[in-house]
Amino acid sequence: MIALTHEPIDCNRVLASVASNDVGAVVLFLGTTREFTHGRQTESLDYECYPEMAEKKLHELEHEARHRWPVIECHIVHRLGTLKLGEASIAIAVSCPHRNDAFEAGKWLIDTIKQVVPIWKRENWSDGTTEWVHPGMGKP
Amino acid sequence: MIVRVKLFAVARQRAGIDAVEVELPAVGATVADLRSAIVEHCPALADVLAHVKVAVNNDYAADGTAIDAKAEVALIPPVSGG
Repeated sequence: MIALTHEPIDCNRVLASVASNDVGAVVLFLGTTREFTHGRQTESLDYECYPEMAEKKLHELEHEARHRWPVIECHIVHRLGTLKLGEASIAIAVSCPHRNDAFEAGKWLIDTIKQVVPIWKRENWSDGTTEWVHPGMGKP
Repeated sequence: MIVRVKLFAVARQRAGIDAVEVELPAVGATVADLRSAIVEHCPALADVLAHVKVAVNNDYAADGTAIDAKAEVALIPPVSGG
């Protein structure tokens, strides 16, 4: 199950959605808004996406994770819009019969999402400047 | 044919608009042709273009990928979600 939302992420709902009597391990990953990056202070983050492609890529990654590990349920939610410090930008919950698979699948999902899903964040720094984050591109 | 190219993040910021329209040959046009046409039509995107991928119909596309009149095309700067 995947979702893109402008609403705050409800972790309890995400966790409840991957529960099952077949599950022996649930891993929940949250990406959250950090205040300091390389000494610079963040005021807030803005996330935007290419909705059609982001949904397609997230579905493909869920499918691939289910192919590679014995995933019982998988729920990925990415937040869009403006996030305050501490708020979650992404929640990934994976449930499996055993913990190693759940950890591995969850790690692979977040690592791969960060490489291929067309979602971007903009830093709104505390000094009033803003900056799109594009890894490997240097200062835009 | 006229192809509309969606722009996001720094590409949208540089161009000042959320899509550009470029003219491509109706037959045999590729992603490489699209890149050249964008540089010509929108010089503000020239230096970011080297770092962006091109998506055709919601998949990443190589320079040799064909673009037809119905294709949905977008520039994808390096992603930073998660």
